[in-house]
Amino acid sequence: MGDLVQHLINGLAAGTIYALVALGYTMVYGVLKLINFAHGDVMMVGTFGAYAVAVGLGRPAQSSLLGVAAIFLVAMGGCALLGLFIERFAYRPLREKPRLTALITAIGISFTLSYGFQLDFGPLPGAAPRAFPEIIPPREWLVFGDRTVVIWNWQVISLLIALLLMVALQALVYRSRFGRAMRAVSFDHRTAALMGIPVDRVIALTFMLGSALAAGAGILFAIKDTVVQPLMGLYVGLKAFVAAVIGGIGNVPGAVVGGLLLGLVEEFVVGYSSSSWRDAVAFSFLILVLLVRPSGLFGTVTAEKV
Amino acid sequence: MRTLPAVTAALVLLATGCEKKSATPAAPAPAAPASVAPGGDSILVGEIFSLTGGQATFGISSRNGIEMAVKEANAAGGVKGKKLETRVYDDQGKPEEAANAATRLVNQDHVAVILGEVASTNSIAMANVAQPARVPMITPTSTNPKVTEIGDYIFRVCFIDPFQGFVMARFARDNLKLNKVAVLRDLKSDYSTGLTDVFTRKFTEMGGKIVAVETYNLGDSDFRGQLTAIKRANPDGIYVPGYYSEVGVIARQARELGLTVPLMGGDGWDSDKLFELGGSAVEGHYFSNHYSSDDPAPRVQKFVAAYKAAYGRVPDALATLAYDAAGVAIDAMRRAPDLSGKSLRDAIAQTKDYPGVAGVITLDDRRNAVKPAVVLKVGKDKNYEYVTTINP
Repeated sequence: MGDLVQHLINGLAAGTIYALVALGYTMVYGVLKLINFAHGDVMMVGTFGAYAVAVGLGRPAQSSLLGVAAIFLVAMGGCALLGLFIERFAYRPLREKPRLTALITAIGISFTLSYGFQLDFGPLPGAAPRAFPEIIPPREWLVFGDRTVVIWNWQVISLLIALLLMVALQALVYRSRFGRAMRAVSFDHRTAALMGIPVDRVIALTFMLGSALAAGAGILFAIKDTVVQPLMGLYVGLKAFVAAVIGGIGNVPGAVVGGLLLGLVEEFVVGYSSSSWRDAVAFSFLILVLLVRPSGLFGTVTAEKV
Repeated sequence: MRTLPAVTAALVLLATGCEKKSATPAAPAPAAPASVAPGGDSILVGEIFSLTGGQATFGISSRNGIEMAVKEANAAGGVKGKKLETRVYDDQGKPEEAANAATRLVNQDHVAVILGEVASTNSIAMANVAQPARVPMITPTSTNPKVTEIGDYIFRVCFIDPFQGFVMARFARDNLKLNKVAVLRDLKSDYSTGLTDVFTRKFTEMGGKIVAVETYNLGDSDFRGQLTAIKRANPDGIYVPGYYSEVGVIARQARELGLTVPLMGGDGWDSDKLFELGGSAVEGHYFSNHYSSDDPAPRVQKFVAAYKAAYGRVPDALATLAYDAAGVAIDAMRRAPDLSGKSLRDAIAQTKDYPGVAGVITLDDRRNAVKPAVVLKVGKDKNYEYVTTINP
């Protein structure tokens, strides 16, 4: 029983990260119909940014409330700029080109970031993994039985931060002027432009928002697993993409549910069958969902008019 | 060990914390006679190592070890009345350069024996030149089994990867008295699989029980699922034959989930990064390695003192194994009737109970060294404590 609860906690923690990263995939897909494969690597860059700030602050400043806020703000702000930069110079020139061109460009950017960060000259970090500073000093929050289940303070704090980010995003997309503009662009960007919506600016802002979320997710990931490495974005990005598709790509609540589901499925496969089957089962789950609901769990079926 | 040169070298060579600052590549040549008549009164020993590039410290350590062995042999009157002389080539850590250098040693310098490399990939490239030319070659530190499978002229003075599984099984059973052990291994790594297979066989043969087998992939950073499943099986110890990059994080998460049993591993743990990634969670765990400079055996302490006097620092595993490789070659030269490739090969193949610094060396019929390994305990302040030596 104890290990069941522990697996549940582990799965939720992993799923939260997938969900946050999946949100970025889903938003960009929503407005552009582009799968931004560089998204996971933007997350990696943000995490290294947070690492740099945390190391720069040193102890004990890095674990003070102000220090943690600074780490999140700098990393998320930096990533928002990176997202803006990538959109402006890599995707915008290709917007009216066939969709495949932008997709390949996205893969190119992904590899440029993840392998570029493995070089070790100048400020680039090199390939070796690094320990992420303990910006939330680990403390046991709840202990059940003879340490059968242990819940740590950072697990609770991370979950709260993730929920906060999700709620803020939901409010932004469904309650604000910008959100309305974003949904309009998503629905039909040519008509939206005719209605006077600045499409370019909305798309750029969407990229910035998604990238900032990715940086937030990256920091939570680094707090959880205590390590940063240049290839982390490839693995997490792929899983989060799967989560977004399971939930119905383009759908905000779908990304969250897809992320949590995938995290739990993986954890229970590892816990109760064999860890070697984890990825096989995760991807079979994707296929199964798509067979039953081709547009994902929360996706809306769109009828093509002929 | 993985065949990627950088990784292999990094793992083998960061042993006992070799310092960043190294001797200049142009260190004084060994006491070779000033003028050597061609085909005259000296015996040529060829060496190929990476003396420049990212792994330069590894090559330089190895070269220093050989230089010491050659100096000592010459001071003792040389071999068969002749002095030994070395020819050292730099392969920059690249297999194609290693092959070129080997061709040069064979065709132009006509060396009696070739010593090198550290990375298995480079050793394989050299062996493919040395074998058809029938020039004996000894690698000090390439642990991949494939190296000596290239042919009957290729030898090594280190153990091969799977032996470490054997060592840890014996240690777990005899020294730690463990009954139930869980295994957490890297799914796609030959190194990890090789160690696991032998460990499992030996440990069960000795009456122990493997209670859980879990896997992970290189690059994973969340091992909580596997560790929670392992915790349910309630083992006395966990065998984690992976690389430091994952082991540090595994140790941390095991501690986090309330697992307090010892972790055990192989030489893939050997890096300062283990301490950075694992923090205090890595303390008290055990791994097998080639050699420890803290080994109290007199021959080790004598060598450590002599090396320190010559090069100003504690010899790492590389310097030590290179010293042993040169020692085995010189010993064979003394025993061989003549110095032709064939005779020398036969003499090397007959090496038995050679008293190497990193253990007594006997070469088996597959030209691999049968020799002991040491078990180290991870201590505080980036230190390893010598625990014991396990014989094959």
